[in-house]
Amino acid sequence: MRNIWTIAKRDFKSYFTSPIGYIIIALFMVITAKMFNATLGAYIDRSAMFQAYGKGPNIHEGIFRPVFGNMNVILLFVVPFITMRLFAEEKKQHTLELLITAPITMLEIIFGKFLSSVLVVLAMLLPTLVYPLVVMSTASLEIGPIFTSYLGTLLLSTSYMSLGILYSAMTDNQIIAAALGLFSILFFWLISWGAQAAGPVWGDVMQYASLITHFENFSQGVISTPDIIYYISFIGIGLFLTHRTLDSYRWR
Amino acid sequence: MIQVSHLTKFYGPRPAIQDLNFSVNRGEIVGFLGPNGAGKSTTMKILTGFMPASDGIAKIAGFDVFDQPTEVKRNVGFLPENPPVYTEMTVRDYLEFAATLHQVPRSELKRATDSAIERTGLGDVRNRLIGNLSKGYRQRVGLAQALVHLPKVLILDEPTVGLDPKQIIEIRELIKSLAGDHTVILSSHILPEVTATCQRIIVINRGRIVAEDTIDRLTTRMQKGLVYSMVVKNPMDDGIQALRQIDGVSHVSASGSKLTMELRPGSKEIRDQIVETAVTRRMGVLEFSAERLSLEDVFLELTTVEENSGRSSTEPNTALQ
Repeated sequence: MRNIWTIAKRDFKSYFTSPIGYIIIALFMVITAKMFNATLGAYIDRSAMFQAYGKGPNIHEGIFRPVFGNMNVILLFVVPFITMRLFAEEKKQHTLELLITAPITMLEIIFGKFLSSVLVVLAMLLPTLVYPLVVMSTASLEIGPIFTSYLGTLLLSTSYMSLGILYSAMTDNQIIAAALGLFSILFFWLISWGAQAAGPVWGDVMQYASLITHFENFSQGVISTPDIIYYISFIGIGLFLTHRTLDSYRWR
Repeated sequence: MIQVSHLTKFYGPRPAIQDLNFSVNRGEIVGFLGPNGAGKSTTMKILTGFMPASDGIAKIAGFDVFDQPTEVKRNVGFLPENPPVYTEMTVRDYLEFAATLHQVPRSELKRATDSAIERTGLGDVRNRLIGNLSKGYRQRVGLAQALVHLPKVLILDEPTVGLDPKQIIEIRELIKSLAGDHTVILSSHILPEVTATCQRIIVINRGRIVAEDTIDRLTTRMQKGLVYSMVVKNPMDDGIQALRQIDGVSHVSASGSKLTMELRPGSKEIRDQIVETAVTRRMGVLEFSAERLSLEDVFLELTTVEENSGRSSTEPNTALQ
């Protein structure tokens, strides 16, 4: 456990010794803030209209579901840039040799690196807590769905990471790692679009394989075990393949 | 401390090292010498557990490199060809990180890093970013990293590459001072390097050990006969003829005023006779010196001899492809 933390701490710090950590977090904050502002404005306009007829959509459905939906799309584009350096840079700087010849296991190295990028995403999500707090200061808001949305977002973005870390382990070129990561995440995101056309059996499979379908329940305030199992296995497979890739790098 | 038997590594169908056997005793400094691509780095990478061997056994401090990698890695400090430094970290932070990776307890961390900094002379730059340091300092940081956890065995892959002459001397002194407490293997393709620091050398060429001995014994063993050279004022033909007739001289060649005399192996001391002949013939002796066969020649000899026999032995392998 100490080894994992040693690796994670070093990697997390190194995000913030170069501009990349600050740039990513700042961009993320600007975009989500703009989005939240626009969604909030639209909701206020609509609720004024709805007031004439009686009941309107609730605050979570009207504001936070779309905000979280958009946040996940942004994360899709951001996460590959967080994970791209994890192994690619170690290879380029020849520091992977230091890690491999240290008395720690490959699994500890991978978990440590993975943890560091999870921490970066947590650092990105932390400021977004302001939005529910702002709404809560003037209206009543249910905490439950907000909590599950955050949980879902975290699971979803860690799934992105498991793909990104895999490509980072495959190459020593960060740009290639990011590009491949981005394409694969998009693939697993959009695969459900073809589900309708694919017929009953394959349609179900494609629907199930899609990253985004499993987020639906979380965004509505439901924690469902199958969705959690899906994300955990997705992450597990990604990290397993990363482990295989790095091991084969040693054998070559 | 280190035992290697029948170690073999293939990269695809191409053998990088074949059937290596050697052992290193506790506290010894052993030099690994060979031309580029001889298999030095491969051997070192296997010993440090970076890559597994295709065949054979390597043991460090009694632990098998393949079966007990964690125990081996705990006892080994490794400086790879390129110092594995993070350019965005300071020297201090980096060494603390390396020490933590090598299981140095938290309470010892500060003491271990400080002593590594002191031993490698990094005191002035301890708070600088490694990315801003020169190649020589980075190499030192790499070395500090290898010895920060006081390993029993130090494996250094070309430790003085890229250093200036003064730094080279300092690093050599440092490595020498490590003997006794640490067992050291260092590789090099530069001879003076090995001569200056090591007690024993292993010459490796085309993945095979071609010689293994102390430096003195290796030079004597390869010495085919002494060579004397003499610079004279007037190299007359009859004078040279007289020199040829001295018992024990096998060959005399003259280029300008410089005469080179090769002696038959095992001949007795005849320097007196040579000079006397030259003086009585009034050749006007200006200089007289004995030329020992240097390690450089030994090295060339060994690696070129191997080249011929090595080629024939690898042929069956290439035929198999």
